[in-house]
Amino acid sequence: MSQLTASVSPHLHRKRTTRTIMLDVIIALLPAAVASVVIFGWRSLAVIGVCIAGCVLSELCFEKLCKKEVTIGDLSAVVTGMLLAYNLPVSIPLWQATLGSVIAIVVVKQIFGGIGQNFANPAITARIVLMIAFSGSMTSWVFPHSSADVVSSATPLVAYAKNYVKEMPSYFQLLLGDHAGCLGETCALALLAGGVYLLIRRVISWHTPVFFIGTVALFSYLNGVDPLYQVLSGGLLLGAIFMATDYATSPHTKLGKVIFGIGCGLITVLIRFWGNLPEGVSFSILIMNIFTPYIQKLTRRKPLTGGGEL
Amino acid sequence: MRLHGVRVPHRKNTAKMSPVRIPIPETVTIPMLMHIGKPAKVVVKKGDTVKVGQLIGEADGMLSSDVHASVSGTVLKIEQRLASGGQKVDCVTIRSDGKQELCEQISPPEVTDYKSFVNALKHSGIVGLGGAGFPTFVKLSVRDLSKIEAVIINAAECEPYITSDTRTIIDQKHSVLRGIEALQKYMNVKRFIVGIEKNKGEAIAVFRRIAARTKGVEIKVLPSIYPQGGEKVLIYHILKRIVPKKGHPLDVGAIVLNVTTLANIADFLQTGVPLVEKCITVDGSAIKNPQNVIAPIGTSLQYLAESAGGFRQEPAKVLYGGPMMGISVPSLEEPVLKNTNAVIYLNEKDASPPRTTPCISCGECIRHCPFRLDPREICRSYQRRDTEALAHLQVDICMECGCCSYVCPANRPLVQTNKLAKLLLRDARNQKKEAES
Repeated sequence: MSQLTASVSPHLHRKRTTRTIMLDVIIALLPAAVASVVIFGWRSLAVIGVCIAGCVLSELCFEKLCKKEVTIGDLSAVVTGMLLAYNLPVSIPLWQATLGSVIAIVVVKQIFGGIGQNFANPAITARIVLMIAFSGSMTSWVFPHSSADVVSSATPLVAYAKNYVKEMPSYFQLLLGDHAGCLGETCALALLAGGVYLLIRRVISWHTPVFFIGTVALFSYLNGVDPLYQVLSGGLLLGAIFMATDYATSPHTKLGKVIFGIGCGLITVLIRFWGNLPEGVSFSILIMNIFTPYIQKLTRRKPLTGGGEL
Repeated sequence: MRLHGVRVPHRKNTAKMSPVRIPIPETVTIPMLMHIGKPAKVVVKKGDTVKVGQLIGEADGMLSSDVHASVSGTVLKIEQRLASGGQKVDCVTIRSDGKQELCEQISPPEVTDYKSFVNALKHSGIVGLGGAGFPTFVKLSVRDLSKIEAVIINAAECEPYITSDTRTIIDQKHSVLRGIEALQKYMNVKRFIVGIEKNKGEAIAVFRRIAARTKGVEIKVLPSIYPQGGEKVLIYHILKRIVPKKGHPLDVGAIVLNVTTLANIADFLQTGVPLVEKCITVDGSAIKNPQNVIAPIGTSLQYLAESAGGFRQEPAKVLYGGPMMGISVPSLEEPVLKNTNAVIYLNEKDASPPRTTPCISCGECIRHCPFRLDPREICRSYQRRDTEALAHLQVDICMECGCCSYVCPANRPLVQTNKLAKLLLRDARNQKKEAES
């Protein structure tokens, strides 16, 4: 008779794996990729491709060099690549995009131990590094439909801050993404569709995005600023739906997610209205990433021990 | 508020099938440990002639249980075998003479009051049949009967595949009713609450009819969320009380009895025949015709599967119980035990454990733990053997339901680590106690 397998229970597992989760995120990010090609042209596809390749190859090389198990099959590097690309202007030199990918994967993710171990969101952190290092190319916004030459124009938030009424897009343009900005952040409809998909698939919970966006809307209103315009502009939707919900760098409990979302929202409005930069979503998420372990500790649920002891 | 859990596939393929009695096997092997507590002491020797229901193992001490012959025949051998708990246990092998003659001494016990009721149960060999195997007479030995506010009848049956409790409710409804009446009469129980998952319509209907004509019986239909049938989970969902750590259900006024245990109590009181056979769900991907069978205790799992229609594919993993908490057996020679409510035979594909990948910190294990434990943090603390942190994380209340491992997208062995962490913590506490004394 053949040998029976002996193993510890449970003998049944949910079908969802790291790879299927990442695949869901990739699917949720696809509408924004399509929108970016429509809005900014084929170059956006090149930027996305370079970032994905850069991230996957960095992960592969680093793990080979360190003789670690190769984990590119879990597709998390693909997600990081897409998110990084979405946070870059379409005109970014491709070598800068590649550098950003290496920073995201090697410096932010792998050096801290790889998937699940990093304290900061790789795509966000890489974007911030690029923004500080190459502020010129990171803020040269191509206006949609313009010729291949880079024609600098204002993003909706810059237009709003400087009161360039002529360059302020309408709500309709904001929804469709027909305005200047990072290549994946402009089309609100595509991002919302992705968010709904992730909610239905239960990959993310609603708490962080709703409280993040809600806080920005509330404080915009209190500050006498058009809340809907604020919500639909800049990287808020991309950040709130796809990056503030990153598993490794945000709290696990509902309450923790609410606190995280409110924190992100507050920092975003602080930077947008009173800071030197027109946009603060990236910084807000990075700062809240740093607070995550503390939020985690404060919001840990008490085990159900019953009685009065401990 | 509801405790967390997971939605597992039901796979109740056998819910509509009344159990079929299998032909008596040629031999049965009956272990002296089929319950929580001390193994019984063998009271027969090689060559003895035994009859059905005859005592072959006597309860040893306060927490133990009698063991009885399940077939009539001759004692072939008495040998030590490895039990699933890891200890060596005496096992009595009986060669059946095929006659299934009942032991002459068997007669309905004389029960007049609570004391004689518990005394009678001592000789019934009945243990908790939901899976734990806690000797029933010990559970029902209550110093102060007025502390029992309610008896909760556990009919949740939340594990996938298993339908033997459901069939007991439907096919032996009179036994269930008589069990309730016995507890009303001898233990003065005023309130019975049936906890049952909503996916068991026919069984719920049976209980509704029982409730309609029996005073004090309530039915609580619960969502089909695993581990609904976990004792503490069921108590919480029915009484909204949390059994304290290191405490017992009675601390919150409850006694929880599995429904098949209850039916067996009633049958024993009526006939005096101790627990010698079991209704068992035989199912799994390696089984040709999933069905419920009634088999003598001690039947080998090989014979059980063959007499239930045989295999569709070669079994690669065989479980006592359901796939969530079931114990995988080392070989098909293992016998049916008192607390076996199902035997699941899995094929090669279902047998291989999934590949473990790195933790992605998704927090699913934390969100699905019914007792709000943090399996991820427990795992980290265990890896650095930090017993202080483990105590703080309350790992000792883990009931090992396996929700954390079930949901983990990285397929990390979380409940497995919890079990190891519990042992580590227990050892550390014992050492500390020893050092202090």
